[in-house]
Amino acid sequence: MKLLELLGYYNYWVFAITLMIGLYAVISKANLIKKLIGLSIFQSAVFLMYITMDKVEGGTAPIIQAGVEGQIYSNPLPQVLILTAIVVGVSTLALGLAIVVRINERYGTIEEHEILDAD
Amino acid sequence: MLSAPLIILLQPRGLAWAGATAAALASFAIAVALTIAVLDGQTQVYAMGGWPAPYGIELAVDQFSALVLLVVTGAGAGALLAARSSIDQQIEPERQPLFYSAWLLGLAGLAGIVVAADAFNIFVFMEISSLSSYVLIAGGPDRRALPAVFKYLIMGTIGATFYLIGVGLIYMMTGTLNLADMEARLGDVTELNPILVAAGFITIGLALKAAVFPLHVWLPNAYTHSPHMITVFLAACATKVAIYVLIRFDYMVFQSKLDDHATQFAQFLMPLAILGILVASAVAMFEGHLKRLLATSSVAQIAYIILGASFVSESGLAASAMHIFNHALAKGGLFLAVACLAYHYRDLRLDQLGGAAARMPFTSAALVVCGFSLIGIPGTAGFISKWLLITAALESGPLGWILVAVILVSSLMAVVYIWRIVETLYFSDSAKGDIAVAEAPYPMVLVTWLVALLNIGFGLFPTMPLTLANASAALLMGYSG
Repeated sequence: MKLLELLGYYNYWVFAITLMIGLYAVISKANLIKKLIGLSIFQSAVFLMYITMDKVEGGTAPIIQAGVEGQIYSNPLPQVLILTAIVVGVSTLALGLAIVVRINERYGTIEEHEILDAD
Repeated sequence: MLSAPLIILLQPRGLAWAGATAAALASFAIAVALTIAVLDGQTQVYAMGGWPAPYGIELAVDQFSALVLLVVTGAGAGALLAARSSIDQQIEPERQPLFYSAWLLGLAGLAGIVVAADAFNIFVFMEISSLSSYVLIAGGPDRRALPAVFKYLIMGTIGATFYLIGVGLIYMMTGTLNLADMEARLGDVTELNPILVAAGFITIGLALKAAVFPLHVWLPNAYTHSPHMITVFLAACATKVAIYVLIRFDYMVFQSKLDDHATQFAQFLMPLAILGILVASAVAMFEGHLKRLLATSSVAQIAYIILGASFVSESGLAASAMHIFNHALAKGGLFLAVACLAYHYRDLRLDQLGGAAARMPFTSAALVVCGFSLIGIPGTAGFISKWLLITAALESGPLGWILVAVILVSSLMAVVYIWRIVETLYFSDSAKGDIAVAEAPYPMVLVTWLVALLNIGFGLFPTMPLTLANASAALLMGYSG
């Protein structure tokens, strides 16, 4: 029973582990692109958390149809929220990559310690 | 108020500047009007799209938001008024319209955070303002700004994502995003652990954004290498807004519903604030670069604001709110003066600036006035908030005396580092070469002096911000009462 309960939180385990993988990459990698990849993984983990919590057991897509009564619907709001957050994540990533391109133009490298040495 | 990405279409650069400044001034005027409207305690509410509050998106302005809104729009308008010649010097003409539109987006984002009444919109506005401030900081000619902004981007995004996790957890338990509604519904929640975790995530995330002491590492470099006018704008309001959200969230949502939250909040933030005040002031004393010196002192000043909030008392909060206002005035003025200096001096290390006062007397005098306000000399705005902070510290219990000592010691350190600037400007003549250095263009000097005079004005007649600060403190404590 205990084990089943733990497995029941499967999505949340994945969320926590992905979050930590992302954070680890951001902290430990010296390559700026790898840092950004880590940041993306980190953000995706949060998307998963939002998507998980809107699921209602037995729920279906929240579309009201004529003739269907007593149907359980999933909560659509977190999905809408996370759509916004995904857009934010994409633009952050794009801006981050643009900055990395500029760094490469000005410094000729994207390794963190080489940049620190250059100044 | 939240519009005007249209500036991008204004290709002639003079027009782009004029449009941006007009928009900023208009938003400042709206902020003043809103402040007058809320002065009698009436919260102004606007339901977006006509949907009523718990379902639709709501904008709300009370005294606390009005105070911060004044700071944000004032800083935006002031910096933009003075910006033209400095930006002309630092940004290529064809990129200027884009630059100004990014600036307006940043201003709109910051103002949006302050007026938004629900947690998710705060996140969206926070990211709008952050993304545009990354662009603004990286926009200058200094290549060292790029690694600095990359670091800021990484840390800022982690902060925002932590905040998002916190909001998600609260939504899971309460099913609402509206702050006022959240506060009401938390009472029915029986399982408090997720809320506790959410409180942790939100506090850490916002502390990252606000550059609270150990999480401040992105700030000095980002401020030092950004275009000078952007430093004015961001130093005056960007971190303050994060502190505003932190205080609002903690007092409005968590304080009343979580057992012992007040104690945890205080025990977590107070040591950080004390360390931040002492360490950052000490570092600033030995810093050789003018802008970095002031940026480091910002970390200490932010810690003052956090210290006031961590007392969890009405007087402490009033001191915090007051210091948000006064520090924006003092630091904004200082960075404006720095921008004037930078118009002629390429190298802003202190040993290169010797004898600048003889060449730029007005700028230097304004810098001294704002510096006094930062230290907290009686008669300037900084004195009022330091006084409030010390009063609040004394009220806070037996440990109050230690806190007063901390505040006094760090004020002494502020005297030291401001004095180093004054000494360089007035009493040393190590400046090499005899380039005829004149005053900066008069709009810049004019705005700088306006801010300097405001520092004195609000030091002598602090009634207006004080009323707002006291009212917002009462309001915030009212939630947890």
